[in-house]
Amino acid sequence: MDWLFSFPHMDDASLRDLKKAIDEGFRGFTRAYGDGLEAIFEPLQHFLIWSERFMTQTPWPIILLLIAAVAWFASRNWKIVAGTVVTLLLIGYFDMWDDTMKTVSMIFVCTVLSIVVGIPIGIAMSRSDRVQNIVNPVLDVMQTMPSFVYLIPVVMLLGIGKVPGLIAVVIYAIPPMIRLTNLGIRLVDKDVLEAADAFGSSNWQKLKNVQMPLALPTIMAGTNQTIMMALAMVVIASMIGVQGLGQPVLKAISNQYFTLGIFNGLAIVGIAIIFDRVSQAFGARLQKHREVVHG
Amino acid sequence: MGNKKIGGFGIEIKKLYKIFGPNGADCVKLVEQGVTKTELNAKHGHVLGLRDINISMPAGGIQVIMGLSGSGKSTLIRHINRLIDPTSGEVVIGDEDVVKMDAVQLREFRRHQTAMVFQKFALLPHRTVLENTLYGLEIQGAPRNRQVDCAMRWIERVGLKGFESKYPNQLSGGMQQRVGLARALANDAPILLMDEAFSALDPLIRVDMQTVLLDLQKEIKKTIVFITHDLDEALRLGDRIAILRDGEVVQQGTGQDIVMNPADDYIANFVREVNRSRVINVETVATALNASARELKISVPAGAKLEEAARAMTLAGENEIAVVDAAGQAIGVLTLPQAVDAMVNSQVACSTPNAKKVA
Repeated sequence: MDWLFSFPHMDDASLRDLKKAIDEGFRGFTRAYGDGLEAIFEPLQHFLIWSERFMTQTPWPIILLLIAAVAWFASRNWKIVAGTVVTLLLIGYFDMWDDTMKTVSMIFVCTVLSIVVGIPIGIAMSRSDRVQNIVNPVLDVMQTMPSFVYLIPVVMLLGIGKVPGLIAVVIYAIPPMIRLTNLGIRLVDKDVLEAADAFGSSNWQKLKNVQMPLALPTIMAGTNQTIMMALAMVVIASMIGVQGLGQPVLKAISNQYFTLGIFNGLAIVGIAIIFDRVSQAFGARLQKHREVVHG
Repeated sequence: MGNKKIGGFGIEIKKLYKIFGPNGADCVKLVEQGVTKTELNAKHGHVLGLRDINISMPAGGIQVIMGLSGSGKSTLIRHINRLIDPTSGEVVIGDEDVVKMDAVQLREFRRHQTAMVFQKFALLPHRTVLENTLYGLEIQGAPRNRQVDCAMRWIERVGLKGFESKYPNQLSGGMQQRVGLARALANDAPILLMDEAFSALDPLIRVDMQTVLLDLQKEIKKTIVFITHDLDEALRLGDRIAILRDGEVVQQGTGQDIVMNPADDYIANFVREVNRSRVINVETVATALNASARELKISVPAGAKLEEAARAMTLAGENEIAVVDAAGQAIGVLTLPQAVDAMVNSQVACSTPNAKKVA
């Protein structure tokens, strides 16, 4: 009756061999192709370094003005701009300016990368049910797999540093971008698409003139979600050497520094709110034709 | 596509079948053998959309296709620009069969030969009236200043001058459909497809839009295919009318043909409520000119409707009116009792075949 109370499993020796074989296989792969992969990601590294240098080495008043200007042009709302400036001033006053700028630069690069990679994948998904059926489970895995787990192969392949951190963050943050691009395009009014067809639009003309503009609000919601998830992930990514607000948080956890943790945590909340409000206001402004409805 | 003829194209629909379902093509044989729509659905799991449609649409005229919902009329109009692929049959326009075109030819055909107006307007909500109107020209790749000039001209022509920078959401339904019409007309295609274009509008605006269309047609002379479920609209607009029921043409002809000689009870039921005085031509009821008749004081041109003749007679206090041809020559005479009889009695016109010979 022993089998009833303990699940009959593969015998220990085979299981150990299996794990060992996979590990060794992957290690072999890493040794053979790790350098090559690193070379592929080199442009990303340059982009990251350039962006971080720009954010940390430019005098802070200029950066502050720049962020305020971006907030203004995106939202055209004085309240949002004022909130942004006050939050940033507080962050600076509590001596978290450099870490915050590193995080902002990381989020910026992650968001750009997610958009550049995510939108084409989303478009491909929306055009073919087969692609959708393949990509959807992959996205499910990316979203549910505990983030620590995929840090392991990334670190094995690319070591510790900015680029593996970036990849880990993008893997975690890109699914909403892809999903909402797909959804947005699929939800475009069939009547309008039919009209575009009736006038002889090519596929590209349909995408450019009808599908993308009409899917834009949904795609903007995806971008917003991606930014929020990237912010949540930077703390975890600090474990593999991503600098910024995550590292003090990590230090606070391991040493039980309550105040250090709370300050840096609040700084992350602060920039999350800034990103969220500015990107949402920008999304709403793109939709101004929807606001005025004929009475 | 160098076959653009002056005066536009007629449309010949020949033996068109549409069967919805995975093996539609295999079912055509069954339908040809006389399997009904219900049988086809129950036994073979396929839906009969259109059965053996043969319509010859005249160039430069308005062909109305009328039917109730589910009769296949919207399916039929989508075969003309192949938004729906037929299961079998031909749609010949000019000297080309639309069914045989490849993707590139079809796109060119849609860009230059047809334009379409939709029941739910189908305007691009993120574009202004002007940008919506020039859509067809933009797709064709016309130079921008020509796009704008042409679009502005049509916006003005449909009565929307001053609204060109508004978004569709800011306009009423009637105005939105004017944009839909301007967009289709700006395309400058010889064929205009109108899928229940005015059905979503309230009655007064609908009549208004019908007037706009009839006025425009006098000048543009396009081949218009107009889908409607409203017989009054069909009779008002249609040079020719085809009535569809369960995917089959049950009757086609001029409005007068249909009102005076309904093919079956189904159509007879339809036409019972029609205002006959606006459909029947004076020459249909008039009797041949009698040499001994006295000089008639008033006249009405052939092609005019009974209503006009009756109004003229009552205004002038006359009992008789001359029917004259284009040259002003009298060709017949219509009396007030005859006119009233034809208006109120659905049997009378059919039972006086001699009357028809006048025209």
